[in-house]
Amino acid sequence: MPYELMDHTADLGIRVTGNDIKELFAAAASAMFEQMTDLAGLKGEHQEKIEVSGRDQTDLMINWLRELLSFWTLNASLVKRVMIDELTPTHLIADIFYDRYSPGHHEMDTEIKAVTYHKASVAQTGTGWEATVIFDV
Amino acid sequence: MELVQIDPYRWEIKKQGAMRVPARIYASADLIDSVKKDETFKQLVHVAQLPGILKAALGMPDIHWGYGFPIGGVAAFDCETGVISPGGVGYDINCGVRLAATRLTEKQVRPRLADLVNRLHREIPCGVGSTGGIRLSDREMKKLLQTGSRWAVSQGYGREADLEHTEDKGCMEDADPQTVSQRALDRGRNQLGTLGSGNHFLEIGVVDTVYDEDAASVFGLETGCVTLMLHTGSRGLGHQICDDFLASMARQPDIDGFVVPDRQLACAKITSSTGRRYYQAMACAANFAWANRQILMHNALEVFLSVLSISPADLAARLVYDVCHNIAKFETHRIDGETRRVCVHRKGATRSFPAGHPLVCEGYRKTGQPILIPGDMGSASYVLCGTDQAMEETFGSTCHGAGRVLSRNAAKKAAGGRSLSRELEDAGILVRWTGRSTLAEEMPEAYKDVSQVVAAVHGSGISNKVAKLRPMAVVKG
Repeated sequence: MPYELMDHTADLGIRVTGNDIKELFAAAASAMFEQMTDLAGLKGEHQEKIEVSGRDQTDLMINWLRELLSFWTLNASLVKRVMIDELTPTHLIADIFYDRYSPGHHEMDTEIKAVTYHKASVAQTGTGWEATVIFDV
Repeated sequence: MELVQIDPYRWEIKKQGAMRVPARIYASADLIDSVKKDETFKQLVHVAQLPGILKAALGMPDIHWGYGFPIGGVAAFDCETGVISPGGVGYDINCGVRLAATRLTEKQVRPRLADLVNRLHREIPCGVGSTGGIRLSDREMKKLLQTGSRWAVSQGYGREADLEHTEDKGCMEDADPQTVSQRALDRGRNQLGTLGSGNHFLEIGVVDTVYDEDAASVFGLETGCVTLMLHTGSRGLGHQICDDFLASMARQPDIDGFVVPDRQLACAKITSSTGRRYYQAMACAANFAWANRQILMHNALEVFLSVLSISPADLAARLVYDVCHNIAKFETHRIDGETRRVCVHRKGATRSFPAGHPLVCEGYRKTGQPILIPGDMGSASYVLCGTDQAMEETFGSTCHGAGRVLSRNAAKKAAGGRSLSRELEDAGILVRWTGRSTLAEEMPEAYKDVSQVVAAVHGSGISNKVAKLRPMAVVKG
């Protein structure tokens, strides 16, 4: 997975990379759920289309991850993968593939409770795109 | 940005640049060193820039890097010109600590300790994704959000007398359920009566040392008596309320021309409609948290009765106190000789009201309010009491715990290959946990030495040591 964990004393941060911005948003989604469970143990049986918007790319990234996290916090579902259909700097449409959490079947690791704005960034680099996000755990 | 030492326990960053007030930190030289490495001080300097901040942005000895506001921070704002900030309260609104004392001795409990901790681990829902057994209709949920601990007592969880020993009697009056989103209600609904994950815990302890005989006796803490402590908050409800209002405030980042230095510091004028609504929603989460702790403590004490086959009279459980350490409150303080109503944010900080304060319950009016400071699971926890010095200097506030020094990731690395549960068991502490990495992330070395933190608040006079508790068994989520 194209991401690394960042050390933050109280919480958990990720630095994600992607060749293009769609890849970056998809990688951030996987990185977040990989903190919570083993993605290989998921099938992605259910599918749902979502739309997210934001003031700018960073705001969009935070709102995107917030929306994905609500699959867990509101519906006890775990996201296996996403397919980004459309992406502008302030709007995205994506298909989400997820499973219902089953306590005997899915082993949970770190529970992410919120996606924070702290030090959040989305930026173009020499080789592609990079994003930083810190989670409340 | 120069940090100037004022005395052994006080440090200051002078007002400079965009700061409206100085930043002051209460800590020993050793504790200061442990936070120099990260961005904690920069965060405190950001807080000192917020509109309407009064006196100083304050850091307690357990201060550490948070998001937006540092954890272990206190800031008070003018009610007219000041702001209220969800980030200044934290995601887990009214995260707090509750302590009950019993008549049992370590000798009585030790032989049954494994049964006790196993049953607590089985019967108190904890860990990621756990849900409680209480199902609430919308109507009941709203009643609970308005009345807090009193709702729990009315449902048979604990006793009326518990309310007297709960900060704010377990209810913030301005709670308005209309301000809480459906998402927040849905997240909280199934989590009542659950402990949660992360650093939340249940701990069986024993009073190890008494420093202040008079206060300890008023609090019902005798050397050798077994205690039960728990640490949890408003669960998903509080998180969602914080998240909802951060998002809404981040959309309007400009307050009278002031642009927040970090999006996570998003705030609103206290007098604005968003500011008022946040406060009312936050109060709902605070009430949920108090009801949650009221229920959890009752259920945990029931496990004691059942496992030990004793009567409530034999157990003689008595709530020492319940404190919150993530909150914003309107309080009256003296500033430059003038009595003013201000909005105090405590994020990872505990109220430390002194003897004689009208908001301290009658039973504790002569001692000051009890302050509950949990340490890491391998060392100790402390009971302190509030002081006049805290009223003068820190808007009646003190520390809240040990404070992390290692990131979760670093802790996992440090724990690699070790059997932490065996190490703790060898030290006489039984531990049960749910999450795969919980034990490693919460290992004793991940935290500052709580005794040093307590020495700093005692040494600076912002609270006084009353008693030290030693852990016997811990349940972690």
